[in-house]
Amino acid sequence: MNFFFEVLVGGLLSGLMYSLVALGFVLIYKASAVFNFAQGAMVFFAVLSFVGFMELGLNFWLALPVTIVLMICVGIVTERLVLRPLVGQSEDTLLMATIGLAFVFEGVAQLAWGVNVRGLDLGIADQPIDWLANNADILVSQLDLAAGLVAGIMVIVLSLIFSKTKVGRGLRAVADDNAAALSIGIPLRQILVVVWATAGVVALVAGMMWGARSGVQFALVGVALKAMPVLIIGGFTSVPGVIVGGLIVGVAEKMAEVYVGPFVGGGIEGWLPYVLAVFFLLVRPEGLFGEKIIRRV
Amino acid sequence: MFYREAGQYADSYAKDRQLLPLRQDKLGMMVILAIGFIATPIWASDYLLSALVIPWLILALVSLGQNILMGYAGQLSLGSAGFMAVGAFACYNLILRVPGIPFIGAVILSGLIAAGIGILFGLPSLRIRGLYLAVATLASQFFIVWCLDKFGWFKNYDTSGIINAQAIVIFGQTMNTPAEKYLVVLVIVGLMTWMAANMAQGSIGRGWMAVRDMDVAAETMGLSLLRTKLMAFAISSFYCGVGGALFLFAYLQTVEPATFNIEFSFRILFMVIIGGLGTILGPFLGSAFILLLPIFLNIMFHAIFGQAVDATIASALETVIFGVLIIVFLIFEPLGLARLWQITKERLRLWPFKY
Repeated sequence: MNFFFEVLVGGLLSGLMYSLVALGFVLIYKASAVFNFAQGAMVFFAVLSFVGFMELGLNFWLALPVTIVLMICVGIVTERLVLRPLVGQSEDTLLMATIGLAFVFEGVAQLAWGVNVRGLDLGIADQPIDWLANNADILVSQLDLAAGLVAGIMVIVLSLIFSKTKVGRGLRAVADDNAAALSIGIPLRQILVVVWATAGVVALVAGMMWGARSGVQFALVGVALKAMPVLIIGGFTSVPGVIVGGLIVGVAEKMAEVYVGPFVGGGIEGWLPYVLAVFFLLVRPEGLFGEKIIRRV
Repeated sequence: MFYREAGQYADSYAKDRQLLPLRQDKLGMMVILAIGFIATPIWASDYLLSALVIPWLILALVSLGQNILMGYAGQLSLGSAGFMAVGAFACYNLILRVPGIPFIGAVILSGLIAAGIGILFGLPSLRIRGLYLAVATLASQFFIVWCLDKFGWFKNYDTSGIINAQAIVIFGQTMNTPAEKYLVVLVIVGLMTWMAANMAQGSIGRGWMAVRDMDVAAETMGLSLLRTKLMAFAISSFYCGVGGALFLFAYLQTVEPATFNIEFSFRILFMVIIGGLGTILGPFLGSAFILLLPIFLNIMFHAIFGQAVDATIASALETVIFGVLIIVFLIFEPLGLARLWQITKERLRLWPFKY
């Protein structure tokens, strides 16, 4: 029974780690109706730059704002060079443009900082929480718990921004219709820069958590692919949905791997989230919390 | 001036519906076929054939399949490498376990198996579109590769995890020189391209384009979305499956399931996008471009730096250039290289006039 709880909690927390990455996707999608395929590459680029700056001699608390400034600059450049020329284009075109962007980020990250795997020490050990281990014999990683808390806080903050502030309304207007938002005077460029810069910072935070857990390496980009089922189950336009989607994906993945895995030789977690997402899509195409898609002829 | 169509009329419906109605086009195609069937096997070196021309043709075939799905039918798909894997492993197992099966028969059967699996994974397209469909096809990609990896039966319980292609035997002749393999590939790719061009021009192709442009409207006009979309998936997977079988037998000889990973799917996606969505020429141009780019970069590095560049730097630079090119193409010429070629032809028609 204890083992079951361990797997359950482990799955919930690892799901929250996916939510952190998925949050960046939702942010951009909610604010500009663009699915940013490059989010995973941004996560990789952000945390790699952070670790790279630390290697160059900056200490932790200096490297952090420098990397944040870097991601803001990246947001500005992306808006100027990629998004502005493609304003108003179809969703598929923008998706493919972000796929190209993903490759640019991956390549630049490797050119700038090299291909070595690096560790990241955040001061929170990837060790079981002592009193839980001693009293209830359940092993829950401190790092995973911290990541879960960070994810929760970011979701709450971002939800509030989107629903309560003027900037948030502007973001939602831009997502609805770029041209219409421009015509009523919403500063499209500034909004896009804000959105992408924020997504970059979210990517940095997500990257730091993942980097501390599994090392800063190229495989981090693949994590973004895993975040897509999270988005689908939770809904592309829902910030709280990201948490729910993450929890479902995390639990399902871990449970399947632990209980069904041994019968089929393991490796189920590679495809189970996607198949799960497909089943969700067949029943509820817009995700649990997403907006219903209405298409008109 | 060089490409005048004046004086060439169609005097029957059949003539009007030809693939290449103009005399110049027919002549051009005959020249291309002559170069392909006669000149190339005689004069091209073995290296050129086995390292460039054969993969170009095979990847063009797979890109053609992907183009049918993405460019003509508008269904975003990231699973093309998975279907290649199905085709490759199916062909290998068929030749292994069915004694005396002819090679071409095995290739066609493995394409049909891939088509069946394509229909299965294409079923979600009836309910979901766009990006969501892309994720569903990712499911197919990961699941297929995992399946082929985990169940040793597909690999004939080989401990090293790879499969070795048997020799290609057609009508008792073993095709083992690059020139012979090239001819086999050329015949198959040529026939399938001709089929694809006919489909694109016919009612199937029009149905796909209607679904791409607005499937709700197409359905209200009476087009069966089920048949059209599943047909697109089936035919696209057939092409990818045949391409995969050829990839194994005529190009690499040894593959493992991980060869057909998600990166491969992305490369095919790039070939289709850069080559031009919704065209038959596009996949050929796109696959040539993607194959030649690393070579071209290498030559450029040699010219600029005078020495071979570190492999990791070269591959990272290649990745960046791919990404930049995709973005540039999408901004300036979303219809890709095929459209650039079309524009050139238009200019040639009117030259020396501007319009």
